Amino acid sequence: MSTTTTTEKNNHFQDHLMEHHHEENFFTKYLFTMDHKMIGKQFLITGMFMGIIGVMMSMLFRLEIAYPEQSFPILEFFLGKWAPDGVMDPNIYLALVTIHGTIMVFFVLTAGLSGTFSNLLIPLQIGARDMASGFMNALSYWFFFASSVVMVTSLFVESGPAAAGWTVYPPLSALPQAMPGSGAGMTLWLISMTLFIVSSLLGSLNYIVTVLNMRTKGMSMTRLPLTIWAFFVTAVLGVLSFPVLLSAALLLMFDRMLGTSFYLSDIFMGGEVLSYSGGSPVLYQHLFWFLGHPEVYIILLPALGISSEVIATNSRKPIFGYRAMVGSILAIAFLSFIVWGHHMFVTGMNPFLGSVFTFTTLLIAIPSAVKAFNYITTLWKGNIQFTPAMLFSIALVSTFVTGGLTGVILGDSALDINVHDTYFVVAHFHIVMGLSAIYGMFAGVYHWFPKMYGRMMNKSMGYAHFWLTFITAYGVFFPMHFLGMAGLPRRYYSNTAFPMFDNLADINVLITYFAIIGGAAQLIFIFNFFYSIWRGPKAKQNPWRGNSLEWTTPVEHIHGNWPGDVPVVYRWAYDYSKPGAEEDFVPQNVPLAEGEESGH
Amino acid sequence: MSAVSIIVLVVLVILTLVQVMRISEISSEIQKGKDNDVSPKDNDTQGRLMLLVGFGFIISVVVMYIAWGRHSLPEPSSAHGAEIDSLWNLSMLIINIVFFIVQPILFYFAYKYRGKKGTKATYYEHNNRLELFWTMVPALALAVLIIWGLNVWSTLMMPENEEEPILVEVYAQQFNWTVRYSGGDNELGYATVHEIAGANILGVDTQDPASADDIVTKELHLPVGKPIQFAFRSQDVIHSAYFPHFRAQMNCVPGSVTNFQFTPTVTTAEIRQNKDVKAHVEEVNEIRKAKGEDVWDFNYVLLCNKICGAAHYNMQMDIIVETQDEFDAWLKEQKTVAETL
Repeated sequence: MSTTTTTEKNNHFQDHLMEHHHEENFFTKYLFTMDHKMIGKQFLITGMFMGIIGVMMSMLFRLEIAYPEQSFPILEFFLGKWAPDGVMDPNIYLALVTIHGTIMVFFVLTAGLSGTFSNLLIPLQIGARDMASGFMNALSYWFFFASSVVMVTSLFVESGPAAAGWTVYPPLSALPQAMPGSGAGMTLWLISMTLFIVSSLLGSLNYIVTVLNMRTKGMSMTRLPLTIWAFFVTAVLGVLSFPVLLSAALLLMFDRMLGTSFYLSDIFMGGEVLSYSGGSPVLYQHLFWFLGHPEVYIILLPALGISSEVIATNSRKPIFGYRAMVGSILAIAFLSFIVWGHHMFVTGMNPFLGSVFTFTTLLIAIPSAVKAFNYITTLWKGNIQFTPAMLFSIALVSTFVTGGLTGVILGDSALDINVHDTYFVVAHFHIVMGLSAIYGMFAGVYHWFPKMYGRMMNKSMGYAHFWLTFITAYGVFFPMHFLGMAGLPRRYYSNTAFPMFDNLADINVLITYFAIIGGAAQLIFIFNFFYSIWRGPKAKQNPWRGNSLEWTTPVEHIHGNWPGDVPVVYRWAYDYSKPGAEEDFVPQNVPLAEGEESGH
Repeated sequence: MSAVSIIVLVVLVILTLVQVMRISEISSEIQKGKDNDVSPKDNDTQGRLMLLVGFGFIISVVVMYIAWGRHSLPEPSSAHGAEIDSLWNLSMLIINIVFFIVQPILFYFAYKYRGKKGTKATYYEHNNRLELFWTMVPALALAVLIIWGLNVWSTLMMPENEEEPILVEVYAQQFNWTVRYSGGDNELGYATVHEIAGANILGVDTQDPASADDIVTKELHLPVGKPIQFAFRSQDVIHSAYFPHFRAQMNCVPGSVTNFQFTPTVTTAEIRQNKDVKAHVEEVNEIRKAKGEDVWDFNYVLLCNKICGAAHYNMQMDIIVETQDEFDAWLKEQKTVAETL
């Protein structure tokens, strides 16, 4: 099928939809909407709400790490019976760490990031009137919503929320006798994740189908903005890897509820031998990390895609090496499926496997390096417009480099032995994945806020938010490398049991101060966000003078995105500062001038 | 520590106040209809801040190396540890070179090419030779690290021994460690969770002739210079036996036996004389004295490094590395399984 006929069909289909368009009430407009723009906003707001919970949890357990076993009334206020007299219970410490990880990885940086921007931008940037299936899209959000509700509910159960670490390794997570968090809290965790996976699969399938089938005339794959490439590849990763997590979660449920022994064998607990036999806890880890590692890129790639767009637009330059950028996204995505074992170097798996995983893991550094260098070259001889989004994107390059480099150490099986599960790992993944992705998400919010709400976010508050976040985030995570090199294990409720770590207490206090200031700085963002929705200055149609198609739609949202025909694309998305052009940008729907070379 | 919560509260209140002031400032700005676009002045300020804060970050990394580098673990006390540390040092050298080149360039470019009125960016979409160059350079550096890394890994995991290693079992349960020496026959008797009863906490099969001379202890003594083959077991959840000073770690997985081998090279008595360790002990004891805690003397320690429950943070066992004679004398004092069960 040629592009033309696809587009015609698409238009016909959408025109048909629009004829039947009728008056909307509150429920159809804001709640049970099938409009991709509104669904994107639903994902964002829900993700932000979950993010607030996740960040607040981290501040509570940071307080505990800095001042172990000391009394804080604030802890009793938040944790109730889990912090009698303001002293945190070790079980709730582990629960906070677990739920913080779960929320940040899945609810904020997967659904909140991918869900928001894939939904908002895929139709707008490829020139489609909506997603391939609006209903599936709405369903995807509501599964996510249900999943969030279940996860938040799990915080209030009698025996406490899941506490076996966000990776919930059995047998710890499988046996309620092993820790209180493995009771009802763990059951709810598994139910929540199952709903989450369904949401993610519905969304991803929709993204893939939409990108492949609904691009407007002229929008060839090599003219796609890098955001779309990133969202597309992310969706493919999700579709291929989340089902494996689903099976891992289901088998774990069977072990917990039906007495099967997929992951359990030879266990003596609570004074008796349990009846499980023949299973392997390491099997769970293989299944988990088969999703778990691609998941890192499900989080990271959308952030990289967003920053590609933001950096090119605000440097007023084409993204350097478009094809290399696409190629490295594909290379990273491919490699991400064959590196999961680097999370398991010390599980006792066959040493030969360790060698293979070391080899494939370190290979990822090559496409990653290409991406980093290409970003930096895009800045070179640019005319950089420092919007808050641009600042966050530059910060993303910085954290991507800093965190990526320590990956070279951790991916090397021989070196991983001694820093595995220490704070070195915590520093590594928070910087390379956590910070980079959250910076990408902030960049996306600041950049596309005018598209989402028709108003501008306040730039001064944006600057204050950025600088406080950038400084405090490095202040939190960089010192952790040194804790790890001193051999300090992660997930320790207190470091006081080992005198050898006594001299690290000061560093932990410093980190906690940075964490609290950094956490508080997010209030600026939240205020700016909600204030600007209603009171921000009205946005122009194309406030950042961008090339991609979303800026050709009217500021006021309409069903079907464009009032008339869907725009036709004549060039790639990066004709910034093109010689011969009058302005320093040429939108994708502007035909080539006479004698103009298509360049790319 | 209510003082700290007060400080936290004060910080929060100050930040809130600052923001409230900002907000009223901003809303008045909005009412005047001021433009919220990025102005050339903003570009100038933010570009300069990028340079300032960016280089501030890079300098603070140097400061952290100087201030906290000494906290790193002392030189390895195992034979293979030296190989890991050389590979570590080379990897750190490479990543630090990249870090201290790339980060300054990033922040400098952000500053140097900050938007100015009347300038236009250079249209520069790709350069295959440049891209090939920075694909090949990391590829070469990684080739070195991969080849060396795999080499070290295989010598660690598949060691070739000149003498037969001593077989020692390390047994994990929530939340403590137990050791079983294989005794004179250097063979561990069969053990299973089904045999656990009373004093037989490891579930040793007393019918197995190999188990009779096994010795169960709560302290891990190791003779210096002898290869030790560890067998790890767990009875409940996954634990991880982490020997940071020996650069060794292996998970203890219920239902299976995992292995790791290393040769301790420095006795506890010797490491206590190590200059870095002495400085560390002094520093720690000063802190402990101020808090009114007991004086600490350095001991090798085995930690649990896989989340295993509430007391995970306190699952430890002392390790004593001593001369062969001392080790033999100590082992002789211990009771065998035949004597205790």
